[in-house]
Amino acid sequence: MATVSTEIKVTAAIAAEHGITPEEYARIQQILGREPNITELGIFSVMWSEHCSYKSSKVHLKRLPTRGPQVVQGPGENAGVADIGDGLVAAFKIESHNHPSYVEPFQGATTGVGGILRDIFTMGAQPIAVLDSLRFGPIVAGHGGSEADAAKNRRVLDGVVRGIANYGNCFGVPTVGGEVGFEPCYSANPLVNALALGIAKREELFFARARGAGNPVIYVGAKTGRDGIHGASLLASAEFTEESQQKRPNVQVGDPFMEKLLLEACLEAMHTGAVVAIQDMGAAGLTCSTCEMASRGGTGIEIDLARVPQRETGMTPYEIMLSESQERMLLVAEKGREREVLDIFAKWGLDAVVVGKVTAGGMLRVKHHGILAAEIPAHPLAEEGPVYQRPMAPPAPRKETPTDWFRFSPEGANLTENFRKLLASPAIASKRWIIEQYDYMVRTNTLVVPGAGDAAVVRVKGTKRALALSTDGNGRWCQLNPRLGAMHAVAEAARNVATSGARPIAATNCLNFGSPEKPEVMWQFRESIDGLAEACTALGTPITGGNVSFYNETLGKSICPTPIVGILGVIEDADRTLKMAFREEKDVIVLLDGSPPVVGAQHAAPLLGTEHEFSSSEYAKTIAGIVAGDPPAIDLAAEKRLQDCLVALAAAGAVHSAHDISDGGLAVTLAESCFTSVCSSEGAQHVAPLLGASVGLDDTAPAECALFGERGGRAVVSAAPSSIARVLEIARQYGVAAREIGSITLGGDFRIDIQGRAVIRSPLDSLRDAWANSLEKAIALR
Amino acid sequence: MKFGVVVFPGSNCDHDAYHAIENVLKQPVEFIWHQSEDLANCDAVILPGGFSYGDYLRTGAIARFSPVMKSVERFARSGGLVLGICNGFQILLEAGLLPGAMMRNAGLRFICRHVYIRVEQTDTPFTNTAGKGHILKIPIAHSDGNYTADETSLEQLEKNRQIIFRYTTADGTGDTAGNPNGSMHNIAGICNRERNVAGLMPHPERAVEAALGSAGGLVIFRSMIEALVSSARATA
Repeated sequence: MATVSTEIKVTAAIAAEHGITPEEYARIQQILGREPNITELGIFSVMWSEHCSYKSSKVHLKRLPTRGPQVVQGPGENAGVADIGDGLVAAFKIESHNHPSYVEPFQGATTGVGGILRDIFTMGAQPIAVLDSLRFGPIVAGHGGSEADAAKNRRVLDGVVRGIANYGNCFGVPTVGGEVGFEPCYSANPLVNALALGIAKREELFFARARGAGNPVIYVGAKTGRDGIHGASLLASAEFTEESQQKRPNVQVGDPFMEKLLLEACLEAMHTGAVVAIQDMGAAGLTCSTCEMASRGGTGIEIDLARVPQRETGMTPYEIMLSESQERMLLVAEKGREREVLDIFAKWGLDAVVVGKVTAGGMLRVKHHGILAAEIPAHPLAEEGPVYQRPMAPPAPRKETPTDWFRFSPEGANLTENFRKLLASPAIASKRWIIEQYDYMVRTNTLVVPGAGDAAVVRVKGTKRALALSTDGNGRWCQLNPRLGAMHAVAEAARNVATSGARPIAATNCLNFGSPEKPEVMWQFRESIDGLAEACTALGTPITGGNVSFYNETLGKSICPTPIVGILGVIEDADRTLKMAFREEKDVIVLLDGSPPVVGAQHAAPLLGTEHEFSSSEYAKTIAGIVAGDPPAIDLAAEKRLQDCLVALAAAGAVHSAHDISDGGLAVTLAESCFTSVCSSEGAQHVAPLLGASVGLDDTAPAECALFGERGGRAVVSAAPSSIARVLEIARQYGVAAREIGSITLGGDFRIDIQGRAVIRSPLDSLRDAWANSLEKAIALR
Repeated sequence: MKFGVVVFPGSNCDHDAYHAIENVLKQPVEFIWHQSEDLANCDAVILPGGFSYGDYLRTGAIARFSPVMKSVERFARSGGLVLGICNGFQILLEAGLLPGAMMRNAGLRFICRHVYIRVEQTDTPFTNTAGKGHILKIPIAHSDGNYTADETSLEQLEKNRQIIFRYTTADGTGDTAGNPNGSMHNIAGICNRERNVAGLMPHPERAVEAALGSAGGLVIFRSMIEALVSSARATA
């Protein structure tokens, strides 16, 4: 064995401090055939951390559907890749940055965006959009939440939003969508999941596979410092305690300007053909990028740390290998062509240094000033980490009786005031205050801006096509029923995409859960995976990648299980893109329902659920503070019918608007289509008037169920009276029930009748005011 | 006739300006690298939006010293058309080609939204095809658009009719109500006394296709083309 430096003697106690169990330590000894030194122990500890190794989730993730003719690259690379036609592919992935964002909201969110962008351009794809799925504790006190907590949650929200804005805006990628949710469980553990999308020519994709012994390994980008050591790997692989704020030095610091240069230089270098492989240095930095590239390429890598550009003096091999300094990349160039690559980075003013070479034999060798600091077989390090079949147990059954459920208002009650309250709740209210802090237009591709449709839509310049993206996930529902909740996350994301006129083609997921060491959390995880698998299979959206985030808990209390699903869709003709805004007075409003008509029932739509199901709704939570029951039952075949029908209606140009029914139910859907109508005038000298709606329902179910029930598989479209026959015909072809429920009006009134009795009636302006400004007002609270 | 779009490290609306000119206005256009002092015989130069050099220190403060700016200054002083958009406007202020300075937005936050601006002057190469008082719907996206100048400079700007765009509401009745960032005199864009150099915070290159929400920026580019065509005609 070669000489290995040993600054600190590795003991069982030191191994334990690194989160390595005695069994894992024995496995390390077996792989090395000797004791590890401290640098090697550090390397194993980050690679075998939960964050990097997926040791608790691996056995379950295998059950997800990941294949399809449209899938170019499934899980296992820096990002998933799907074929979008015209010889182009889309690279996309979602990733969490939850713990850093709680410890230091601004930098945590900033580096979350930076990390996911690097994953995309590492594939050779030009990033064209970012979406963010955010969850915070309640930002207004009430229903048992204290003002102190609400104030803290507002500060976290503010920091996260500023962080995302800072990075995305400066980098020059539009933040086009996402969603924001509020539940008490996120008070001490917010969620920041960032999704990035890029496009590339299919034959110009890059992979992180080090090939060709003798090829130079080049370090590019920012210098390495002591920041972020054990950042993602350690912060994200243990739960929070009261001391977690002391982990601030573990949070990485982002520099979007540096990343912008890195993007331009990397894409330019890739185009020379001199680059063999490339991987970003994200979690576990130099360690992860070296051993993963070698492992995937079936090779080894040898690097000399003395050559690594460093920001600080006296850094040890341990620190250099574990640093999570941002905006760094490792690439392998073709031997003899390194000059071409180095010149491009010099042009962009970036450090680029040959730090080592690819070797035969599969060994990761790390030298420092002539001394061998670490020598580990790359494949076992990257791929043969521990795999756990963690114990699972369902939580104790909830002791619920009908008295815990929502009680419907008496028949004939006027629900206008409750509706106004619902519209003003942070979950439903307009997110304009957040959206406007993001540059959602840069690159001039954004056809559907945030808030204008159910999905974000960006055109693909040089083609007729556009891409639609939506992220969704309902932690409250997953807490009540993880399998059903996960299915809803997929169904809603896909429905949102279809509502814009896009055919959903592929998915990415970010699985946010508590500690995997708790049997009930692992049970929630298993249930969620099975729900995701079933729904993704049924809706034809294989999962191409993503991220698992465990240990989302503070002082032993887990968050609601929160699988976030991002779905990508393709619109063949970008001119046929649909938005939610009503467009023309006198247009007919049509309710589409994928569920088959109940035979012999009086109405086309089946009964909209019960007290039990309604108790899980946004309305029950907002109006009565009730979170109980089960999420709505789901019919995936009906969901698929509805989505196919929406895509066909858009392609046929038969409808003027489309908006799905989700949080807050039909009433919120209708109101939002009115509220956004004011924005629909394009380049005009004046603002078009706000369009109202007059709707009549003949439901026999309780009024609140009809108005605010959140059963899926439904959407509202509007169409010119002359197009209605065509709309109904297309719906019939797809087996979707279509009911004409009202019409669009001028005059600023919003009215819904049930069986001839007005249940909601209000001037639109006052409803809009509640919806448009409440988030900003809440944030302004001191 | 040829447009040049300067690329600073950190420019991020360079491709958008290029796309607008090449694909929408169908005019020749070329990128000009910040380290080049050669303006490639361009007839008009655009300083695009973005975060040049990361906008560390102060917006536009570092870009102002880049090699290309020497040529841009020379080009401007000899009467060449120069349009600074957003960060480009900030760079023109730092370079002293336009008077005044930018402060953080009044609300201290980045704002991205469509705004309305009124064309105040039509005898400039940037507005000659617009009607006086015409209202344009164009988006903004910036943190530092709060235009500030001393009393004398503001008086000069008003007196010499150098304020070419002012924020207003959709119907043109409320300039202060339509001002998103607190800029003095509701200034959205100004030109120099010679009228060949202009800067504005809104992004006309983002408003050249109705599918993206507005085509209000077209008139600015069309005016520049008109000015170049007629000056070519005059010298022919």
